[in-house]
Amino acid sequence: MSDFTSSFWPIFITVISVGGVIGCALLLWLTSKIKATSPNGDNTNGHVWDETLREMNNPLPRWWVWMFIITIVFSLFYFAAYPAIGSYAGKLGWTQVKQYEQEMEAANKTIAPLYAKFAAMPVEELATNPEAKAIGERIFMNNCAQCHGSDAHGSRGFPNLADKDWIYGGDPAKIAETLTNGRVGMMPPMAAAVGTEDDVKNVAHYVLSLSNSDHDATRAVAGKEKFAVCAACHGADGTGNQSMGAPNLADNIWLHGAGEEAIIKRINEGKVNQMPAQGTKFSPEQIHVLTAYVWGLSNNEAK
Amino acid sequence: MSSTKNSNVANGASNATNEAMIINLYAAADKIYPRSTFGLFTKWRWVMIWLTQLVFYGIPWLEWGQRQALLFDLEARRFYIFNLVLYPQDLIYLTGILIISALSLFLFTAIAGRLWCGYTCPQTVYTEIFLWIEAKIEGDRAARMKLDDAPMSVKKLLKKGGKHFAWIAFALWTGFTFVGYFSPIRDLGSAVVNLGLGPWETFWIGFYGFATYGNAGFMREQVCKYMCPYARFQSAMFDDDTLIVTYDEKRGEPRGKASLKADMDKSKQGACIDCSLCVQVCPTGIDIRKGLQYECIGCGACADVCDTVMDKMGYERGLVKYSTQHAMNMGWDRSQMLRRILRPRVLIYTAILGAIVVALFTSLLMRDSFRVDVVRDRGVMARLADGGMLENVYRLQIMNATETMQRYELSASGIDKLKVESDVADVNKAVTVNSAESRWIPVRLQIPDGSVKSGSHPVEFKVRAVESNELVTEKSVFLVPR
Repeated sequence: MSDFTSSFWPIFITVISVGGVIGCALLLWLTSKIKATSPNGDNTNGHVWDETLREMNNPLPRWWVWMFIITIVFSLFYFAAYPAIGSYAGKLGWTQVKQYEQEMEAANKTIAPLYAKFAAMPVEELATNPEAKAIGERIFMNNCAQCHGSDAHGSRGFPNLADKDWIYGGDPAKIAETLTNGRVGMMPPMAAAVGTEDDVKNVAHYVLSLSNSDHDATRAVAGKEKFAVCAACHGADGTGNQSMGAPNLADNIWLHGAGEEAIIKRINEGKVNQMPAQGTKFSPEQIHVLTAYVWGLSNNEAK
Repeated sequence: MSSTKNSNVANGASNATNEAMIINLYAAADKIYPRSTFGLFTKWRWVMIWLTQLVFYGIPWLEWGQRQALLFDLEARRFYIFNLVLYPQDLIYLTGILIISALSLFLFTAIAGRLWCGYTCPQTVYTEIFLWIEAKIEGDRAARMKLDDAPMSVKKLLKKGGKHFAWIAFALWTGFTFVGYFSPIRDLGSAVVNLGLGPWETFWIGFYGFATYGNAGFMREQVCKYMCPYARFQSAMFDDDTLIVTYDEKRGEPRGKASLKADMDKSKQGACIDCSLCVQVCPTGIDIRKGLQYECIGCGACADVCDTVMDKMGYERGLVKYSTQHAMNMGWDRSQMLRRILRPRVLIYTAILGAIVVALFTSLLMRDSFRVDVVRDRGVMARLADGGMLENVYRLQIMNATETMQRYELSASGIDKLKVESDVADVNKAVTVNSAESRWIPVRLQIPDGSVKSGSHPVEFKVRAVESNELVTEKSVFLVPR
């Protein structure tokens, strides 16, 4: 960025723009008259190419020159109105950002009535509105699908939004809250609290047993006691706590990978996972439409 | 007498000079007053004017089903051409049409010179129409020159005002028609009546109208001489067998004034009576008797007017006619000259043109009524799903190029036990897409985890239109992580 704030660039721009105009005017003036010879007396200058091709001394039409003069005059007005000379901002004060903002404002004005209509509808109703669904889908595809996938089924580290398993809660208000403010999920490394390496392994097997996944029953029994430190967040029965964003460990849905190895890794290293806030990017009305789309993914009566 | 009021061409160089003289390179253009013509070529030009303009002004008013037959909907990015709906992805057809246009220009130019310029180019056509209006109001060449020289009077004001009023009205109608190709013309018509035109519609009607008025009313031959690139490169298509408007110098010279009554020694005098009518009718203000010139648009007006003079004189027609340089130099007769039309250059142009026309129409006829694009989700490489399945996620963009809602069945192949899943598809793995719309369909491909080795495996999506049974196949890859 510093390249563009140095004093060199305003000078560079001035030289290019003013020099271009002066060059154009000079060229027009210098070429207005030529010394012409016509050795054959036929208004050609005597040069011959390709056996018969000869060059004539014909003048340019004057209206053509006028067009150049008009461009020169136009450029003077342009210099006054727009940023072209040094760091002078121009009479109109035009910037790309301002133009973008004006266009966005104009676009928002045209869609405002539609969003006002949507805003008045509850999420449950909006989720079945085909128009709102189509808009929600486009917003999702352009902004959410990068992480959660085009089908919203997520992948490792990115929750599936199309099932009924919610980390922070799946009612419309919670979804809107997640969208607007984002979420930072934090699980601290628990190895020290759990105990030895063996204890960690036992706890992992206990966790696996909660969802009836493949596990070693003796280790699971041994790990149950140590799970107490996990229960503070995940609950005594391991079904999680949505108010803290502690996932349900008993439903065989594994955000950060299934199996003993993955669970041991989480216990040892903890995990910080983040969903960025979208509230600065979208208006509350847009969030409302997007909420309805996301809510509708797992509350689809046709399914 | 010259076609121009005062000649600006530096023809003072009749005596050879090696001395440098200073010439001004910017000269004012002299107004040309082309005289009206009648005859074979003029008739052909008017046939082409009627033909092209009936098409241009008429087509936007045609209806096709519930919509305009020909509509270029830029905002929705759909081109409706009779029963076709073209997407931006069909740009290749536009390229095809442009190539056909260019090759047609090559072909016609090789056969008979600037046929396009003389008979169908909008610049010629509108100039001819504007000249017709001008002649109706101000009179023919002599009357117009006199009127321009006359001091301002009520009569002159009325004539000039009337002419410009008629020109502007015609030009605005042209602009309106032009915009009617992009914005439904019937709605546009009522918007004009109700003063409810949008800013861009107003601008383009005004702009196109202004261009018509300016080019056909004022710029005229200046466009052909200085602005048009085609005018310049067409001379590269000429050869010695190209039919061009030619003055028969052997027959015409030495030229001289002749009288119907006075006895003429025909052995001493050529057929050209130097009446200068060929110069007076020329829309670009040249003298065809000087030979082929770059300004000549090949309109044949001089040939027409010369024939009428030859008839009056009792001479044979064709002192100025379509002929070739070979025919002129070698004294060929008509059939010898026309036989040379079938020369390699023309045959090659015809063959290429024919091949491209056939290819374009075949491709249009065989065109699928929908398109499919496959975009693999980049964020998710592969993931495990219920039932020990490994899945990849794709977005299928299905573009329905018909004007009815369509159902499409999805399937995929390439790996054993490959399964297609989609939340938006029904039990038959079918989705619907509205008429002339495109839709993104998230699709999951699944294989049993561990059934194939890790790496990238090519797969094919098959999308079948239920109604027409058309099948479109698109390639993609299925990634299996280590």
